[in-house]
This record gives sequence, C-alpha cells and structure tokens, in this order.
Amino acid sequence: MISFLRPSNIGLAVRQALADMGFAARLFFKLLLSLGPTLRRPGLLREQVHFMGNYSLAIIAVSGVFVGFVMGLQYYYGLQRFGAADSVGLLISLSLVREFGPVLTALLFTGRAGTSLTAEIGLMKAGEQLSAMEMMAVDPIQRILAPRFWGSVIAMPLLAAVFSAVGVLGGWVVGVKMLGIDSGAFWSQMQGGVDVVRDLGNGILKSLVFGFAVSFIALLQGYLALPTPEGVARATTRTVVMASLTVLGLDFVLTALMFSI
Amino acid sequence: MESTSSSALVSFENVRFAYAERVILDGVTFTIPRGKVTALMGASGGGKTTVMRLIGGQHTAQSGRVMLHDVPGGNAPAVDVGGLQRDGLYAARRRMGMLFQFGALFTDQTVFDNVAFPLREHTDMSEPLIRDVVLMKLNAVGLRGAHGLMPSEISGGMARRVALARAIALDPELVMYDEPFAGLDPISLGTAARMIRDLNDAMGLTSIVVSHDLDETFHIADQVIILANGRIAAQGTPAEVRSSTDPLIHQFVNALPEGPVRFHYPAPTIEQHFLEGAL
Repeated sequence: MISFLRPSNIGLAVRQALADMGFAARLFFKLLLSLGPTLRRPGLLREQVHFMGNYSLAIIAVSGVFVGFVMGLQYYYGLQRFGAADSVGLLISLSLVREFGPVLTALLFTGRAGTSLTAEIGLMKAGEQLSAMEMMAVDPIQRILAPRFWGSVIAMPLLAAVFSAVGVLGGWVVGVKMLGIDSGAFWSQMQGGVDVVRDLGNGILKSLVFGFAVSFIALLQGYLALPTPEGVARATTRTVVMASLTVLGLDFVLTALMFSI
Repeated sequence: MESTSSSALVSFENVRFAYAERVILDGVTFTIPRGKVTALMGASGGGKTTVMRLIGGQHTAQSGRVMLHDVPGGNAPAVDVGGLQRDGLYAARRRMGMLFQFGALFTDQTVFDNVAFPLREHTDMSEPLIRDVVLMKLNAVGLRGAHGLMPSEISGGMARRVALARAIALDPELVMYDEPFAGLDPISLGTAARMIRDLNDAMGLTSIVVSHDLDETFHIADQVIILANGRIAAQGTPAEVRSSTDPLIHQFVNALPEGPVRFHYPAPTIEQHFLEGAL
C-alpha cells in the first residue's frame, strides 16, 4: 500500500492539521484580545503603522496611478460606443472604491509588507529572539505580533484610500487631459453617483477585513515557520499564496453579501 | 553564610523528558547549588540544553519535578516550574537570565535598547535611570562604548557579551549560559569565561554553564554534571570528575576518539559495503 494511505499516516496528518487549525484559531483570538494592551502602548503601534503604511506607500501610489490610467482608457473605449464617455469618472471611482482599491491594495500589501512580516517573525524565531523574549518573561505575541497585526489593520484602509484617490487622478489625466472628456462631467457624475455609506463604506469594510486576513496569515506563517533559512523561505511563499487567495475569496463573499445593500 | 551559599536554588527530582520516542532525560535527580557555577556537559543531543529549557519552563517534564527554591530565609514555598500557569511562570522567569548560544539579540534594536529592553518591559524606571543602569551593565561586560551600535555591527563575541548584559539587567538570581564559548577566538573565550566567574561572584548569582570547552569550563566551575544516555554519568568538582575512572568519563574528559562513545555511526561491515555492494 502506498505509505501516505496508511491509516496511521492519515490519522497523523489529520491530527496535525487539526492542531495547526486550533493553534491558528487561538492565535487569532489572542491577537483580537490584544487590542487593549496594544492601544496602551501607542508608540509601538505608531511605529508599525509607519512601517507598514509609509513603506508601502510608494508601491501603492504608483500602482494606483497606472491602474487609473488603464481604467481611463478601457472605460472610455467601452462607454464611448454608447455615447456615455462622460461616465468614465463615475465608473472609475465606483470600481476603485468598491473593488480595485481594497483588493489590489491588499494584494500589493501582501507582497510588500506581508512577506516582510513573515520573514521578520520567522528570522526572529530562527535567531531565538522570540525564545529570548519568553525567557525574559515577555509574551512575544503581545509584544511583537500584536502591534504588527493592529498596525496592518489600521494601515490597510488608509493605503486603499490612497490607492483609490491616486487611481481617480490617473483616470482624470487620461480621460480628461488625453481623451478630452469634459472635466465638469467627469467630477460631477462622480460626486452624484458615489454614495458615502454604500460605496465608500463597502470599500472600507473590505479593506479592514483584508487587513485582518493578510496580517494574520503573514504573522501565523512567520510564527509557524521552521527556524531554518529554507523554512523561512517556504513560509514567505505560503504567505503570498494563502493571503492572495484568501483576499480574492473574501472579496467575492463580501461583495455578494453587500451586493443588495 | 555557609548555609546560604550551599542551599539549592534549583533541584531536579526524578525528571523524565522525551521528544516523542526519544528519551532525553530518564529519571534525573540533581541540585544546582546557590551561589555556585555549575557546568553541564555531555555529548551533543545529551539533554544539556533541555535541562535549561526545563528550568526556564519552555519545556515541561513528563514526570518528576523541577523545583525553583526561594531565597534562604524567604517564606515563599519552592515552586515546580513545570506546573506553573503563565503568570507564575513569568514571575519565575523574572528571577532568571538566559544567555542563548548566539546571543539572540533583537536585530532591529541598538545595543543600548537591547539591554534596556527588560528594564522597560518590567519596571517603571525613568529613562535617565534606565540609561544609567544600562551603561553600568554594559560597563560590566566591557561594552559601554558600543551602546550605539547595531547587533550587525558587532562581532559574535561582543554580541554574547551584550546578551549577557541584557540577561543580568534585572539582577536575576540565576543565569543560564547555553554554549557561551562556541565559536569564540581565544581572547574572547578567555574573557567570556572570566566574566562568567567574576559576575557570579560579584553579583551573588547562581550560574549554569552548558559547554563543550573542557579547559575553560573546568577552570571556572564549582560543580560539573556530565549527562549521558539520559542519566547523570558523573557529578562532582572538576578535579573529581577529571580523576574519574569511569570509561565514559575518562573518554570525555580526555577527548578520546574511541571508548564507550563510538566514533563510527552504526553501519554494515566494511565487507558488506565495499565487497558485496550493500547500501
């Protein structure tokens, strides 16, 4: 019989998977409960928001501009067939605020900050820094993981807002300056068609959820990484794959849930 | 005073510990006397680091007790480290300092901040006071001038001295050293050994040193415990251990290639491998 089909091996794999899930669930609740202690040390939180947010700003802003450029071109191409080219601004802003802003920001954040989080925690584990902290009677989850978790949760909606804003400006450059759409129509349709609660709220909620998901996956993978160079490399790869798929899956679920609202 | 120095700080009572099927400690009993330097020696994988992790509560014994005793004259009962909940365990750990093999310094913090870390976490000392304490601790390990450097800017030996300053920042009762001499040049090695002895005596510490370096370790230790096959193979003063007639101890302290510990990993015979082509 093939070795992995042996009942004992299947049992071991199932037990291991359940143990990992249990550990992940406990870690997630510990991180949620760490909000109070984290807020009591604002310096640590501020440092992480700065690290996650500020250092991701360049890639987010540049990507936002290009996405806005492309949207301007593509939406103009589609809408001008129906004589609705003036609606390019509205469509760009709805797409960015409701969908592309949160999703692309989360994917870029995964690549920029998520991988860095996993590698950092994994290397701290490999270098016995987390053990050293435990031996100093300091809980590494509270001291190291929690500020990074909440820092990411705070940074994500802010970055998504920057992405959307810069994307709209990119769309304006292409639509108005290059393709000749009327600037007044571009902005007024946007102003009249984007609802603060339904559309902006939708986007903010999404990016908050993505912030929880991406930072948790990145920290969990770092914390579970084997303390070897290969282990940290594998954990970093797992972060990208799992966080990206989770973001896309959650996006569908959230969009479906909020579609009728 | 004599009773103070000879009382036990840590005692292992019939401790058994295994990783899955592999037994590391099999019913081990010994004490770590207060105020002394105790060396833990033995072959790699023999359970030396496990002993320190059991004392620190990072591992829990499957059976037996690891007792941490109160100061002499104190009225707190001895605690079984393995049976402590988180708060109790953290309270016990605040009485200990541990020096990891490669220092385990926080790589994103300066030397100063590394040493200040336990002070900032566990005390409400003002920053000027923390500054003074940190500089005093760094001075004790000869690195006051390196306070502004990052861990990546200092040598391995210096990193261990910084880690030592961090380990003694809160004036612990017990300091555990995991292979403090590994990979050090002769000057750093001699310095590190002297420092362990001097700090132990000057601060009234109790020290546990895990090391493979026979000469330096025997030179500074008051008591040597040699672990082999999950049990204590020898225990006593360095002179007693050195003069042991036990074949295993004789092989160990004289660094002989052959003896009870075999040089060759178990393998088929030479004939089977080379003439019959077995693999």
